Amino acid sequence: MDRPILEMRNISKSFNGVKVLHDVNFSVNKGEVHALMGGNGAGKSTLMKILTGVYTADKGEILIEGKPVSIKSYEDAKANKISMIFQEFSLIPTLTVAQNIYLTRESKTPLGLLDDKENARKTEKLLKELGVDIKPSDIVQDLGVGYWQMTEIAKALSQEAKVLIMDEPTSSLTKRETEVLFSFINQLKEKGYAIIYISHRMDEIFRICDRITILRDGRKITTEVIKETTLDTVIQHIVGAEFDKLFEWVERDVPTDVPPAFEIRNVKAGTKVDDVSLKIQPGEIVGIAGLMGSGRTELLRTIFGIDPMDSGEIYVNGKKRNIRSARHAIDAGIALIPEDRRLQGLVLQHSVKDNIILPILSKLKKGMLLDNKKATEISKRLVERLNIKTESIAKQSGLLSGGNQQKIVLAKWLANDPDVLLLDEPTIGVDIGAKTEIIDIVRELAASGKAILVVSSELPELLALSDRLLIMHEGRIKREIKRKEIQSEEELQYAIQGY
Amino acid sequence: MQSRDIRVTGPSLLHSIKSFQWRDYIVYLAFVGVLIYFSIALYDEGFLTTGNLLNIVRQTATISLMGLAMTFVISTGEIDLSVGSIAALSSLTGALALQSGFGILGGLAAGVGTGLAIGLINGLLVTKAAIPSFLVTLGSMGAVKGMAMWITDTAPVPIINDRFNFIFGAGDIGPIPVLLLWVLVFTVIAHVLLRKTSFGRQTLATGGNENAAKFSGVNTARIKLLVFLGTGLMAGLSGLLYAGRMNAGRFSFGEGDELSVIAAVILGGTSLFGGVGTIIGTVVGALMIGTINNGLIIMGLDVSQQMMIKGLIIILAVMFGKKAIKK
Repeated sequence: MDRPILEMRNISKSFNGVKVLHDVNFSVNKGEVHALMGGNGAGKSTLMKILTGVYTADKGEILIEGKPVSIKSYEDAKANKISMIFQEFSLIPTLTVAQNIYLTRESKTPLGLLDDKENARKTEKLLKELGVDIKPSDIVQDLGVGYWQMTEIAKALSQEAKVLIMDEPTSSLTKRETEVLFSFINQLKEKGYAIIYISHRMDEIFRICDRITILRDGRKITTEVIKETTLDTVIQHIVGAEFDKLFEWVERDVPTDVPPAFEIRNVKAGTKVDDVSLKIQPGEIVGIAGLMGSGRTELLRTIFGIDPMDSGEIYVNGKKRNIRSARHAIDAGIALIPEDRRLQGLVLQHSVKDNIILPILSKLKKGMLLDNKKATEISKRLVERLNIKTESIAKQSGLLSGGNQQKIVLAKWLANDPDVLLLDEPTIGVDIGAKTEIIDIVRELAASGKAILVVSSELPELLALSDRLLIMHEGRIKREIKRKEIQSEEELQYAIQGY
Repeated sequence: MQSRDIRVTGPSLLHSIKSFQWRDYIVYLAFVGVLIYFSIALYDEGFLTTGNLLNIVRQTATISLMGLAMTFVISTGEIDLSVGSIAALSSLTGALALQSGFGILGGLAAGVGTGLAIGLINGLLVTKAAIPSFLVTLGSMGAVKGMAMWITDTAPVPIINDRFNFIFGAGDIGPIPVLLLWVLVFTVIAHVLLRKTSFGRQTLATGGNENAAKFSGVNTARIKLLVFLGTGLMAGLSGLLYAGRMNAGRFSFGEGDELSVIAAVILGGTSLFGGVGTIIGTVVGALMIGTINNGLIIMGLDVSQQMMIKGLIIILAVMFGKKAIKK
């Protein structure tokens, strides 16, 4: 076999004294599609950021075709024939395909003016070679997302890239677009390009990858030939042996003889939510598991009235509610803790108190004015109850840690005393201590009789919280599993990958 | 056979009507509409005479010229509110240079230099200090206007150099106003610059998606600095053209021009969000605003009525263009 086109040797990296990569070795051959896998925080993206010059490794070396190279910026990476295929960031939507591919590298006429005909001709040739069915004159924003990616790849190849990094390339693609991309990847493979393929979707990896490298907790666990391994082995390597004690599940009694606190029937919305029905008893926690792009977030957004619902019905405590905006949802007693708290959950410039009372302003009136005393009282009580670490409720919320910010988001909705709580990735980006606290708070809320729906990519968290799990795939609920029927994280992982 | 032909062409014709980029042409259609309306309604009042039409060109020349440069600024997703104030100050610095005996070139250098200097400051504040251009130029709009009032204590500075006045605005070569030539020359330059040079392409890329442009190797800070130098330059030149046409520098020149200029650019089809720009559209947008002004004056409407109708037409035109794009 040829010498690898790319080798990363003994790569180590720390952030603020925390080691996130430990002596990682990774190599890719010509004409190979190499999968890079691992759970959240395993170190995949840090490793790739070192390869593309976003970070510099503390230790270790990178070799291209056997020669050591120094990569300190994205330009260095490109000069060394490494190209990252960004999902949506590196094309100019308002320019044409040809203009995008040759941006800053355009052919010029003898007068120094842009030679658009020549650029279009070169683009046409390139697209033909690659078998991509788009015109050089197509404006990028008019093309489907799948073609964005191919334009992006064409652009990378026009710059002589030999190693392409693809991060979850199919997450925003339809089934058909995915097929087109895969046949495209196979062609690239035959032409000798090397592809690093990052994905959580096992079916895709088993279909198009040649080898797989698995990282866990910043260490390389193994590199295996796909044909000689099984789904079970891969899942085991990703999950690891130890099961986090912190997230142990406690079986709870959920009353089944009362009517459900929350129910949706045949909800459809756009292309991502397809005929979903579910019921939640008062005091019950239901977890939704599924891959990225399976429609989990969109389902919550639809229930909360942010995304328009095409058809379907929503019932809260047996009463049908017509929800067309977040205001309607809040009035119906539903609260959403969104995925990206910095963008959607908090006004970071505002104080802890101002954030907490935002959803209940109309209830805090004293005549025409805001009842400041009551607002302070409620905020103080919640800060205490949720153990939010802040010197005062007047402190700017943006200055607190991620875990405490997330607790403020929780507090904000608890102030409103909702009946139904929708949680989207409730502990994302939160340290382990705050994580267990948040999990405890959610359990407490359930114990007080609220119906809770949780979406999370962190399986230990889902297993710790849920009384019942729904597996979502391509916008549909494919399977329902009682928590007590699941023995291990592997089982759940298997259920998710089973489609 | 025949019915088959119809079936083949039918949908494609329908498709081409649907996919026709209304937004791109709306300003031309509206302009033609306005011209036709005034030509008929004001035929007896002499709207359609060569003299009146050239008058419209004279009145809109400075708006067009500043609009050319503003097209670049808006294409990068930025804005420059200081152009009117720069024109005022440049008319004075140019006139003062002439008064002090520096000659035509001295006056040109003073006026244009003033514009470039302010453009440079605007550009540096936007790129280096990372202050939003709206705030930077809102500030410089006021500061520069103040400077224009201060340097001569609001007194106008007369220009007695007839050659200067001829070249910069007042002159006619045969029937053709010199101002028309200025506009023609710079329109061609700006069009080529935007469509045919890497500077123009990178300007559009910067406004289309700044991050992506950076990743593609575009020095977006440099591009932004250059477009602000551009509006400074053209506003400085426009100040000199005001001065030449009126035979004096005056602090009140260019007052409110920033709004007309921005309106002309947006009417022309340049996107306020950046990434899409058209030079010809801008010039037609400026001419349309000028034509409306001219027609309303001939109709005998007073200034307040003119302002109301002009505002309404601009909103309608932009609204219609937007609706068309959604369909």
